[in-house]
Amino acid sequence: MSARDNILARIRTAQGRSGAPGAEERAAVAAHLNSHPEGPRPQQASDPVAGFAACATKLSTTVDQVAGMAEVPPAIARYLEQNNLPKAAVCWPELFELEWEAAGIKIEARAAEGSDLVGITSAFCAIAETGTLLTLSGPRTPATTSLLPETHIAVVRACRMVRSMEDAWKLLRDERGASFMPRAANFISGPSRTADIEQTLVLGAHGPYRVHIVLVG
Amino acid sequence: MHNNVHAAGLPPTQDSALISDILIIIMQVASMHFKARVGAKLADVKLQAALKKLQGNFVKGRADRMAELDNVEALRTHAAAIRDRVLNNLDVYLEEFEKNATARGAIVHWAETTADVNRIVCELAQRYHVKKAVKSKSMVSEECALNDALEAAGVEVVETDLGEYILQLAKEPPSHIIAPVIHKGRDEISDLFAAKHQLPRKTDIGELTLEARQMLRRHFLTADMGISGANFIVAETGTTLIVTNEGNGRMTTTLPRVHVAITGIEKVVPTLEDVTTLLRLLPRSATGQTISNYISFTTGTKDAEDAFGAEHFHIILLDGGRTKLIGTDMQEMLRCIRCGACMNHCPVYQNVGGHAYGWVYPGPMGSILTPTYVGLENALDLPHASTFCNQCGVVCPVKIPLPDLMRKLREKQVERGLRPWQERFAFKAWSWVAQRPALYAIAARVGARALKWMGGSRKLIHHLPFAGGWTEGRDMPAPQGKTFRELYGERK
Repeated sequence: MSARDNILARIRTAQGRSGAPGAEERAAVAAHLNSHPEGPRPQQASDPVAGFAACATKLSTTVDQVAGMAEVPPAIARYLEQNNLPKAAVCWPELFELEWEAAGIKIEARAAEGSDLVGITSAFCAIAETGTLLTLSGPRTPATTSLLPETHIAVVRACRMVRSMEDAWKLLRDERGASFMPRAANFISGPSRTADIEQTLVLGAHGPYRVHIVLVG
Repeated sequence: MHNNVHAAGLPPTQDSALISDILIIIMQVASMHFKARVGAKLADVKLQAALKKLQGNFVKGRADRMAELDNVEALRTHAAAIRDRVLNNLDVYLEEFEKNATARGAIVHWAETTADVNRIVCELAQRYHVKKAVKSKSMVSEECALNDALEAAGVEVVETDLGEYILQLAKEPPSHIIAPVIHKGRDEISDLFAAKHQLPRKTDIGELTLEARQMLRRHFLTADMGISGANFIVAETGTTLIVTNEGNGRMTTTLPRVHVAITGIEKVVPTLEDVTTLLRLLPRSATGQTISNYISFTTGTKDAEDAFGAEHFHIILLDGGRTKLIGTDMQEMLRCIRCGACMNHCPVYQNVGGHAYGWVYPGPMGSILTPTYVGLENALDLPHASTFCNQCGVVCPVKIPLPDLMRKLREKQVERGLRPWQERFAFKAWSWVAQRPALYAIAARVGARALKWMGGSRKLIHHLPFAGGWTEGRDMPAPQGKTFRELYGERK
């Protein structure tokens, strides 16, 4: 008997069930997995975008709002200047076509490495309930760009705002089909932090010191 | 289809398994000396100051975040039901998880004991020629004493959670499951970093954190293996997930070419919607946050075109005593989602800290997990390390009736004859007398009058034979002469 068989057999014996799980047991489990019912939701903000901005700000994320994609590079340039940050960044390929040079930002479309200081990404969606970004890993959406640089800037279209995690899962299931979970799905809620030493909060433990979100539209 | 490294033909590394067995035995023994250790902890001024802060941050933070929700009780009830659903069909949910994880390229291993976990990880390290492993915080790996096993096998292991990193440098065990280094002051950490890093001594907490960041960043970028725990595993998608604030968990699961996730078999949750409910409660209960900074869901291995991500993803599911609770009156304990709220709110933990409990899990959670996982006879004091005030039960996000479970463990100690002979003798004597009402009445009358005499004019007893524990810290009010039965008889 393998360790697997021993453990599963111990569970079944302890529960007073004999033999392998029957069709009925498996069907009950499959029914729950297939229907994936929602649990109770807490009361949610009436305006998701305003709710998102309020929650994100509480988590030390800074939030800017612009009307269209063309305004994104100048808005990011202003943010970098105000915070004395270098005007050089790596970004996800989908954002490469914006007018970065005109805004004075030197941009490269590649995955961030250990020495990059500013990483610019978009997000699969943003979640109003907690001020959270959901990013999915992939060849064109490398996970390191939101992780290794000291500053993470995320460009989020207002139409990608959902109210809750449940709505984010629904969007994933609807848009991505059977294997809808990517290798890495990350909920990001503000800059990296620790309070391990004397319970004193310090931002930038291992990941970004700053998370800045530009909401578009 | 499941995979097992041993079955694949690699020999187990017996030395490391033996070493971890010995370490576990040493830690088990440590749980036997709770009472003996408590005095020193109460007298430790630095520890007491640190524990005070915990109450301010975690206790108040939890209360504030919960007050912001309009449906806390509905969430707790639903969360408990989600955990019960899994536990009542645990084998089927585990098989579903295994099937879906395997379909995405992960390899699932099953470990009956903590020594098996160590053996499997060491074999993987050997198979993939791993020189350095980075770890994000995993309490299950603490159960296994995994670091010692890996080091014995010649692998450099680096803890990357700031608290765990400090403890690794200091060669100490964690004293809290969320804030592992709560017992250590900044001065000690300054000295430790200066000595170990050989850099000028820093005293500012921000500078100390930066120094650790720079040290650990090198390790993240050069490690061959990342070892993480899993707060939950999702049956529906074969996903493992970790909840962190520092970002070390993301580094550990993103950068090295091999990722090993180690978790207990009870951590399985059916669906992403079910995880959502638990995630609404976990950070609020643990640290008083609405959400932790990073919740990282890992499903399978990287695609060929991905620049980053593990090429090899192994998931180890540990029994380690958990199946002993299934189907028993202790099963509710397996609902636990390891938030630590029970210890933060426990007046015993608040006064003695985590090390007094002698094993990985302190507080009320530990008072139940330690005796049930490693043996009732190895942790006799722990089920008694409670005032039964039920603060732990009130704050538990999955409604575990912690005091009830501790009381059941006390009963089991009596049933198995594990209590000290004095206590057993006293109860036998009491029971003998109590079955003889006339004798009981006389004994009670003599006793009540003797206590009145002992109380003197101030009606307070300073020292009571056989009850020094009670009178050491306070006086006992003396009974005023008549027994209940006498008073009742007079009024009739």
